[in-house]
Amino acid sequence: MMNIQTIRAEFPILDRTVYNKPLIYFDNAATTQKPKSVIEALTGYYQSENSNVHRGVHYLSQKATDAFEHCREQIREFIHAAHSREIIFTRGTTEGINLVASSFSKAFLSQGDEIIVSEMEHHSNLVPWQMACQDKGAFVKVLTFDENGILNLDDLDSLITDKTKLIAVNHVSNTLGTINPIKEIIARAHHYHIPVLIDGAQAISHIVVDVQDLDCDFYCFSGHKMYAPMGVGVVYGKEKLLNQMPPYQGGGEMIKNVSFKGTTYNELPFKFEAGTPSVGDVVAFEEAVNFIKRIGIRQIADYEMQLYRYAMAKMSCIPQIRFFGMSEHKVAIISFLVGKIHPYDMGMILDKMGIAVRTGHHCTQPIMEHFGIPGTVRVSFAVYNTEEEIDYFVESLKKAVDILK
Amino acid sequence: MSTIQESEQTLIKAFEIFDDWLDKYNYIIELGKELEPIDETYRKEEFLIQGCQSQVWLQAEYKEGLIYFKADSDAIITKGIINLLLKVFSGRTPDEIINADMSYLDKIGLKEHLSPTRSNGLLSMMKQIKLYALAFKTKYQNS
Repeated sequence: MMNIQTIRAEFPILDRTVYNKPLIYFDNAATTQKPKSVIEALTGYYQSENSNVHRGVHYLSQKATDAFEHCREQIREFIHAAHSREIIFTRGTTEGINLVASSFSKAFLSQGDEIIVSEMEHHSNLVPWQMACQDKGAFVKVLTFDENGILNLDDLDSLITDKTKLIAVNHVSNTLGTINPIKEIIARAHHYHIPVLIDGAQAISHIVVDVQDLDCDFYCFSGHKMYAPMGVGVVYGKEKLLNQMPPYQGGGEMIKNVSFKGTTYNELPFKFEAGTPSVGDVVAFEEAVNFIKRIGIRQIADYEMQLYRYAMAKMSCIPQIRFFGMSEHKVAIISFLVGKIHPYDMGMILDKMGIAVRTGHHCTQPIMEHFGIPGTVRVSFAVYNTEEEIDYFVESLKKAVDILK
Repeated sequence: MSTIQESEQTLIKAFEIFDDWLDKYNYIIELGKELEPIDETYRKEEFLIQGCQSQVWLQAEYKEGLIYFKADSDAIITKGIINLLLKVFSGRTPDEIINADMSYLDKIGLKEHLSPTRSNGLLSMMKQIKLYALAFKTKYQNS
C-alpha cells in the first residue's frame, strides 16, 4: 500500500511556492518532477564516479561503464525486451523517432511508398515521417479518430496497401489521454508484414509496457516523463530490423574500424550510439526505474486513475465544461475547455493561483484542427498528486471561470 | 496630449496599486473587456499576427501626421495587454513610435508575455507597430 505523503516527501520541488502560493503541479504530461534519489544519483555521479565510458582501462571508466550498461539491462527488464542490445540510449523520444525515421527510410523506403500515422500523433511522431517521405517521394496517410478521441480502427485495413512500409502510432495520446489498442494494430500490421513504431512517451510511467507481449518493432520513450532527468531516452528495436538499418549519426563509439579506405560499424546497440552519452543522466535514469519498481507500476496506475475519476466527477459539475478524450481506456490526462473562454486566459489565471497546467495545442495541431478549437487546458497527474490538490484546483477553476466569462 | 513617457508612467503607477498577481490580472482582464473589438473586415489573414496560443489582429491608419491603431485578440488577457499598448502608442507620430523603447510592459511586470517562446503574438505585434511607423514615415514624411 503506498503512502502518498511519504512519496511526496521524496520530491523536494513540491515544497516550493509560486507567487507565494503552494505549487500544484499538474503538468506531468509535459515533464515529471524528480525524487531525491534520482537527483542524488545524478550529482553523486559527477561528485565521485564521472568518467567516459566503454574505451577506458582505468578504474573510474570501468565503474562508469558498468553503471551505464547496468542501466541498459534494467531498462531491458523494465520493458521486457529480449536482449539488451535492442535497447538504444538517445536524448529522448523525439531523437529516438528521428533516429528510426531516418535510418528505416534509408533502408526500406522508396518513391511512392506509404507510411501510416494516426491523427492524434504528437508532432514528434509526425514530422520525422513527413521529412522522411519528402526525402524519398513517399506519402503519409492518416488513421483518423472519432469525437471521443478513439481511433477509427476499422479504417486501418483499407488504409493499408502494398506500398505501406510502416505504421507509427502513440501508445497513449498526450492530449486526449487515450490508450490506443496498439497490440491489435500491431497484429493487423504484421499480418501484412508491416512493422510498427510505437511512441511510448506518454505511456511509460502510467501503464505496464511489455514490448515482447505487444510485439512492436520499435518502442520509443523519454526518461524525463518517468521521473528521470531530461536528456535521456530509449529506442527499443527488434534486433533483426535494427541490423538491417544503417547508423543514424557517425562518429566515435559507433565504429569498429576507421580508415580512409573505409569504416566498419560497431554491433548493436553501439552502432546507434555515436559520441559520448550522457552517462550521469543514464545512471540517474536507473534510479527512476527503481523508484517506479519500489512503488509498483500497477499501484501507480491505479492511484492515478483514482485521481482521474475524482477530478472528472468534480469538474463535470462546472457549467459549459467540455472534455476532449472520452475513451474508456485512458491514463490520467484531462483536456478541457469551459464555454468560450480561451485556454490561454484560463492557464494564465490558474498559474497566478499556483496551479501549473498546460494550454495550447500540446504539439498536436491536427487534434485541434479536428475539433476546431484553438487549444485546450490540460491537467495531467503523476504519483505525487493528491485529492486535496484537485479540490483546490476545482475551486480555483470556478473562480477563474467567473473572472473570465 | 501627454508624451509617451508620461502615458507609460501613468500605467506603471496604475499597476503599482496591486500587490497580488491575481489582482493585476483582474485589472488586465477589465482592460481587455474595455477594448473595442476590431471591425470584421480586419479580422483577416492580412492583419493577423500569428501566435502559438492566442491570435492578434492589428490595423493601422495614418491621419494628419499621426498613426492610429486598432487591435484585437481571441484571448482576453492578450486584449488587455493590447489595450495597454494602444493607450500609449495610438495617436502618435511615426518618430515618437520609432524612438520609443516599449520596456514599460517589463516595468509593469508583464515581461513573461513578451518572451518569444510564449508566442502569444504580442512580441510580434510590438515589432509590427514599429514597422508601421517606419512605413508611414517613409511613405508620407520622407520627401
